[in-house]
Amino acid sequence: MYCLVKFAPLFLAVAVSNGWLFGDFVGKQKVLDEISLWPLPQKFQSSAVAFKLSPTRFQIVQAKQSSAGPSCSILENAFRRYFEYIFGDLKKPEKSRKKVYDSDLVELQVWVTSADPECDGFPSLQTDESYELSVDEPSAVLKAANVWGALRGLETFSQLVYEDDYGVNNINKTDISDFPRFAHRGILLDSYRHFLPLKVILANLEAMAMNKFNVFHWHIVDDHSFPYMSRTFPELSQKGAYHPFTHVYTPSDVKMVIEFARMRGIRVIPEFDTPGHTESWGTGIKDLLTPCYSGSSPSGTFGTVNPILNSSYDFMTQFFKEISTVFPDAYIHLGGDEVDFSCWESNPDIQKFMVQQGFGTDYSKLESFYIQRLLDIVAATKKGYMVWQEVFDNGVKLKDDTVVEVWMENKMEEELQNVTGAGFTTILSAPWYLDYISYGQDWQHYYKVEPLNFPGTDAQKKLVIGGEACLWGEYVDATNLTPRLWPRASAVAERLWSDKSVTDVDNAYNRLVQHRCRMVKRGIPAEPLFVGHCRQEYKGL
Amino acid sequence: MCCAVLFFFLLIVQVDGVWPLPQQLDQSADRNSLSPQRFSFTYGRDSAAQTGCSVLDAAFKRYFSIIFPDFTKGSGLLIVKTRGCDGYPDEDSDESYNLSVSEGQAVLRSVTVWGALRGLESFSQLVYQDDYGSYFINKTEIVDFPRFAFRGLLLDTSRHYLPLHAILKTLDAMAYSKFNVFHWHIVDDPSFPYQSRTFPDLSNKGAFHPFTHVYTQSDVMRVIEHARMRGIRVIPEFDSPGHTQSWGKGQPNLLTPCYKGDVPSGSFGPVDPTVDTTYKFMESLLKEVKFVFPDSYVHLGGDEVSFACWQSNPNVRTFMEKMGFGKDFTKLESFYMERTSIVWQDVFDYHERDTVLEIWKGETYQAELSRMTKAGHRVLLSAPWYINHISYGQDWRNSYAVQPQNFSGTEEQKKLVIGGEVAMWGEYVDATNLNPRLWPRACAAAERLWSDEEKTLNADLAFPRLEKFRCELLRRGIQAEPLFVGHCKHEYDGL
Repeated sequence: MYCLVKFAPLFLAVAVSNGWLFGDFVGKQKVLDEISLWPLPQKFQSSAVAFKLSPTRFQIVQAKQSSAGPSCSILENAFRRYFEYIFGDLKKPEKSRKKVYDSDLVELQVWVTSADPECDGFPSLQTDESYELSVDEPSAVLKAANVWGALRGLETFSQLVYEDDYGVNNINKTDISDFPRFAHRGILLDSYRHFLPLKVILANLEAMAMNKFNVFHWHIVDDHSFPYMSRTFPELSQKGAYHPFTHVYTPSDVKMVIEFARMRGIRVIPEFDTPGHTESWGTGIKDLLTPCYSGSSPSGTFGTVNPILNSSYDFMTQFFKEISTVFPDAYIHLGGDEVDFSCWESNPDIQKFMVQQGFGTDYSKLESFYIQRLLDIVAATKKGYMVWQEVFDNGVKLKDDTVVEVWMENKMEEELQNVTGAGFTTILSAPWYLDYISYGQDWQHYYKVEPLNFPGTDAQKKLVIGGEACLWGEYVDATNLTPRLWPRASAVAERLWSDKSVTDVDNAYNRLVQHRCRMVKRGIPAEPLFVGHCRQEYKGL
Repeated sequence: MCCAVLFFFLLIVQVDGVWPLPQQLDQSADRNSLSPQRFSFTYGRDSAAQTGCSVLDAAFKRYFSIIFPDFTKGSGLLIVKTRGCDGYPDEDSDESYNLSVSEGQAVLRSVTVWGALRGLESFSQLVYQDDYGSYFINKTEIVDFPRFAFRGLLLDTSRHYLPLHAILKTLDAMAYSKFNVFHWHIVDDPSFPYQSRTFPDLSNKGAFHPFTHVYTQSDVMRVIEHARMRGIRVIPEFDSPGHTQSWGKGQPNLLTPCYKGDVPSGSFGPVDPTVDTTYKFMESLLKEVKFVFPDSYVHLGGDEVSFACWQSNPNVRTFMEKMGFGKDFTKLESFYMERTSIVWQDVFDYHERDTVLEIWKGETYQAELSRMTKAGHRVLLSAPWYINHISYGQDWRNSYAVQPQNFSGTEEQKKLVIGGEVAMWGEYVDATNLNPRLWPRACAAAERLWSDEEKTLNADLAFPRLEKFRCELLRRGIQAEPLFVGHCKHEYDGL
């Protein structure tokens, strides 16, 4: 009996949404068991016994034994958020649901076990995100060492709830023990090629939490514009942003992003890429960039940061001092990619400096010279840093805890082998440049990537701490960012969270169809995977 | 020298600010200021259309708030030669207009209200604001008319259901780009969202959901009226005999039962062409369609018919023998299409020559164009404009490079190309991503179908104008995606 109650709604939903093409679900009920969970938990056990959840009676509460109390705002906020996700708008009257069912689940107890629940802290690379969830009569219990694991468990709990044909919420008897495969699961957004309004960034942090991403890599400034409003150097955004008032992130905007992310267990890692990618910096800071020469006279254009002037390093010292206080995360991304040497080569002062330093004509030595000094400046602020792979490739001396981001798709395996062979931790983004769109279900390509598929020892593989899905902004702004990112990035989310053995694309398709409808229901315009429909279609526009 | 160049550059930006480019446009640097408090639209004394003309009264209101977004009340003069405010645009509608902007007054002349709508759109694109927010328009003379009479856009509401507001918004954006046909691919295999008054079971059983995922009769009327107000025809497509899986759910015995050996396999193929009940059904349905949709055309599909199921069915095979078709199932298909279109012609009293063929097969479309026009058929081109096929980068340039009359054939043959349409099929598209995927990519075809090809072949020259137009679309609330790196003064404010 319970079995019928339980399977009917899930089966219906799937059969209708893609039934005309993939109608053959008979005999696949085992799959349906776990159909709407995304990303798939590490250990999962569910029985056919279903409990009803009444919106008037069900509560999410702090467990008595929990080290987090009612003052733990991060959890209190999350309780409210997930209650709304589960029950939606509670404006409709609840006549039919007053009856108390035998199997009514009355509460979810959230039990934080370690002495410090980290209610006011920030998530970090070392954060333990594991949790255990047990759904049984009359209470469900979610157990985690700290608030971050509890947040992940709340998301899973909300995904277990499904509506039957009468609109009643059900949840099956379930036991889950879950933890992420990789510690760094990131999304890169680029807010300089096109300015992204705050609202778009916040909505995508919401979507990230729904997919258990935990790093927002904010590529905040670059050649085209400088929307970050600096307290120390306000002229950077005054002159370098697309517009000094409408196209900037004020200090309070930045604070809001960081806090919004913290509430969802997401780290914010800003990227200030130098010495290349800095055209927009030059409009606000005089003499920061190298004047390019045409023959023996300045051509009027500017190249990368001028590495031979002390003023450049003075500026960087002050600037990164500010950044290290504004952004609480232990890491800053320093870029260091795609440095164009032609301007340096044209400049007679630089040529002279090269001779003095004995660099010959090898400008990558000059680049390393700059980066080395910059790294020392940043290290003095007590921050760790992330860099793009070129910095490693050029042989710059890096601190032990540096994270090297591998982004070039050719020779990716070799690069991973080299970086980890040298003992550095690394994250992978090369196969996940989501800005490259194509027709059809390209999420499958992202899904099939195996990050540890490179020659190396076990110790080397352990140095791969995660990956990032990147959505660069050449062709993306507020109009199309969210549907372009979701649910394609969800494929990466599962790859980075779930066990290595979770690779069945058909199974993933069925779950992802449900998951994208859930995101749509929660107000995220996630685009369709294929023909079909959601019970609640996207309402905005 | 530098300053002079800069000045020239600014001038160009303002002179070329209309998309699609008018046939003849002369502008001078003399600018007139427009005061939102004093500006108004009026009907000319010798205009056939006067106050009370539904289409234009509504258009005045619409364009006033487009031009002056911060004001809600509003001298332009409008002269329309013929009446026809309550009619529908059709294939022969004259969309030409002349616009003359001089000091203190602008005069828009057109033969029909539809031409007046096109002129109002151009007028609204000529107005610009300076840095202090004052409105200006330059002295301008425009003589304009469309290159092709049929400039369509196809939306597919069967593979994903599109909420009504998504369709209405698309019609708005179509009017901004001077599209004039909404080809509504309303039903297909996956779902039947059209709620039929004659056969309610078609959507009750064939839609994704019988209440939340259907178009009621009043929804359809709203779409048609919204389109009419913008000079847009609505041509519905009821594709058969293939692409009809969803029809079969609400109409038993319509589809051919497929066989596995001697027994029915339980699955169904295309419409069953061997039984009279099929044609009775089609006649009733098409009668209703004619009643509901005012346009004189309906798209009958007829594409991609799979013969495997027909082949498997013993009744169909017997019928083939009886008719002397041998093993040639294309003959059976033609038999069906003929009978269906005879039904259609009975309904409409139309003649053979009125059939329009749409060319959609990608690689060889030039050859197809040549072949079809040689046979004397009028054709519509959509093959190169399947913009549901996305790729990285500025793919609007491919759409823009299409030359619809560039195929081997006589002048007479080329005249048989009556236009083209952009298709947004729905496999991967629903309300979440429809708008940014359509706009501004569809604008490329809009200009190709409206403007003089000689003046618009260079995509690099078109780029800044299109970039400006996409920002204008954003300002008007259309979620048009960026062409490349950059920004708009008014960024998109939604999600």
